[in-house]
Amino acid sequence: MGELGNLLDGFANVVSPQNLLIALIGVTIGTAVGVLPGIGPAMTVALLLPLTYGMEPTQAFIMFAGIFYGGMYGGSTTSILLNTPGESSSVVTAIEGNKMAKAGRAAQALATAAIGSFVAGLIGTLLLVFVTPPMVSFAISLGAPDYLAIMLLGFIAVSAVLGASRIRGFASLLIGLAVGLVGIDRVTGQQRLTFDLPQLADGIDVIVVAVGIFAVGETLWVAAHLRRRPAEVIPVGQPWLGRDDWRRSWKPWLRGTGLGFPFGVMPAGGAEIPTYLSYALEKRLSKHPEEFGKGAIEGVAGPEAANNASAAGTLVPMLALGLPTNATAAVMLAAFQGYGIQPGPLLLQRESALVWTLIASLFIGNLLLLVLNLPLAPVWARLLRVPRPYLYSGIVFFAAMGAYAVNAQPFDLLLLLILGLIGFGMRRFGLPVLPLIVGVILGPMAERQGRMALQLSGGDLSGLLGGPMSYIVYGVILVILCWPLLRRRARPAPAPAETPQSENAR
Amino acid sequence: MTRDRAQYGFCVFLAAVGVLVLVDATTIGHASSSNDPIGPRPVPILIGALLLVVAVLYAIDVARGGVGTEEDGEDVDLKSGIDWRTVLLLIAAFGLNAVLIEPLGWVISGSLLFWGSAYALGSRNHLLTPVIAVSLALITFYGFAIGLGVNLPAGILQGIL
Repeated sequence: MGELGNLLDGFANVVSPQNLLIALIGVTIGTAVGVLPGIGPAMTVALLLPLTYGMEPTQAFIMFAGIFYGGMYGGSTTSILLNTPGESSSVVTAIEGNKMAKAGRAAQALATAAIGSFVAGLIGTLLLVFVTPPMVSFAISLGAPDYLAIMLLGFIAVSAVLGASRIRGFASLLIGLAVGLVGIDRVTGQQRLTFDLPQLADGIDVIVVAVGIFAVGETLWVAAHLRRRPAEVIPVGQPWLGRDDWRRSWKPWLRGTGLGFPFGVMPAGGAEIPTYLSYALEKRLSKHPEEFGKGAIEGVAGPEAANNASAAGTLVPMLALGLPTNATAAVMLAAFQGYGIQPGPLLLQRESALVWTLIASLFIGNLLLLVLNLPLAPVWARLLRVPRPYLYSGIVFFAAMGAYAVNAQPFDLLLLLILGLIGFGMRRFGLPVLPLIVGVILGPMAERQGRMALQLSGGDLSGLLGGPMSYIVYGVILVILCWPLLRRRARPAPAPAETPQSENAR
Repeated sequence: MTRDRAQYGFCVFLAAVGVLVLVDATTIGHASSSNDPIGPRPVPILIGALLLVVAVLYAIDVARGGVGTEEDGEDVDLKSGIDWRTVLLLIAAFGLNAVLIEPLGWVISGSLLFWGSAYALGSRNHLLTPVIAVSLALITFYGFAIGLGVNLPAGILQGIL
């Protein structure tokens, strides 16, 4: 079992007092920042990147792992204690979780979310260990045309499948692709979209894009619509579960995990669909269906587990193919590139120790979170009362610091502001931001694969079609693109939207 | 339902980016070789053209009554209109930091950034806010620049800090 040996080596890398301390700091800061309203997991990772600039890659990755799970967990606390979820994947958790909290069962809601996240994180990370290597060995056998096809599928999937409107998704993607063009072409050394500015010659750093779109864009958007009176925070004591709560929670945790992980692995899965499916499933299977809508614990346990398992699942395509399928994975890939680590199928071979250390850190971070979160929940709840002017000023402050620190040039701050304004406009007009980030990261990689494929065929366009894999992938792309037409034919009168899936195909 | 006509503005923005990408593509030197038969130009031309197509399709969608859902959030109250004064003040605070960070250094420009942003967002505590601003700037400077080796300029306080 090569995987287990590698994983044990990974654990050996993490288990030194210094690295465990880094993991603990990562988990704590990740949770604290993730709890803050207005900051989702992706922004948490983007804002905390500068923490790792001075570190060795190994230690930086240990910290990322902690921040990743910490930010995820922090987000669910926010949605349970405030009735306004910031993340689309926390919407379902908020439905029952907030009802439970209002009924005086905040402690149980937080506990089932924390333990459910732990169970899902544990199983999800284990599945990651066994699914990633076979996926890599399959991916290595693929050629440039296949990769091009997979990346195009990634583009189409994040633009057309996730989100409510396809045209808005594609608009976002194309802005990202245009941003990705900026800089000197690596093959020929020609300048593209640099406007003869030397600062643009190396392209726009992905971290600047992520921080600009997520942090600055979000702050400007919130500033434009700031609530005069912040939403009410429900006080909470020490989270605990009674015997009855355990009995009602453990099956939803496992079912939620089972739903969440496969959706995370798929290029267009996302976390929203499995959380909705888990909610619907628990409602159907529950012995107390009348409690749903009034604070049913199954309605927190299942979706929360699905959310976390899906997050673990997104790491499979990220590590095996270099394909980001959610915003957090996109920011982590940006961080990889910041260390000069080229994501893709060769990652596991070239940076084997690093990847296994990352995976081992996920296990450790997950365990630390459970130990940390149950007793610290009242502290996290107090963070929700931070005065909003300070909270959002702090976000701007750390965003500016992080973006400046990438290249130490004030020019990046102006870029950050421009990107923040684009992010503001996208929020105003309902454009999803994920396709943009994916476009910036994958655009240049897709172009390189495409040009490599054409080089092999001597410029003949037939070179873009490779083995059977590319035919299958282009078939899937075609189905996704034609889906609205196919649906219309199958069902002449479109039924009213009941679930988010049917909205997706609009 | 009132049409959200401002969306046409975003279509214009997309089209403008498309034109920019296309115009820039024409200035890229032609440098194809046997190693790289298509050269650096086709991809920008493709993206520019697609931007124009999407801008048109987007405009058609808007004309048919399509609207995007504005993003909701914990602290977002969509019932109120956009508060431009706050947004512009924030942008000003941000721009000031970009201009001042190298000459004055992070500790001063960062303090001004935090104070200015908090003021823009409605903080009127003229004692606590500056104290928080300066402490944050000092903590990050010592913690990140000196402790973790992150690039932050000392500016005119070089030698004092």
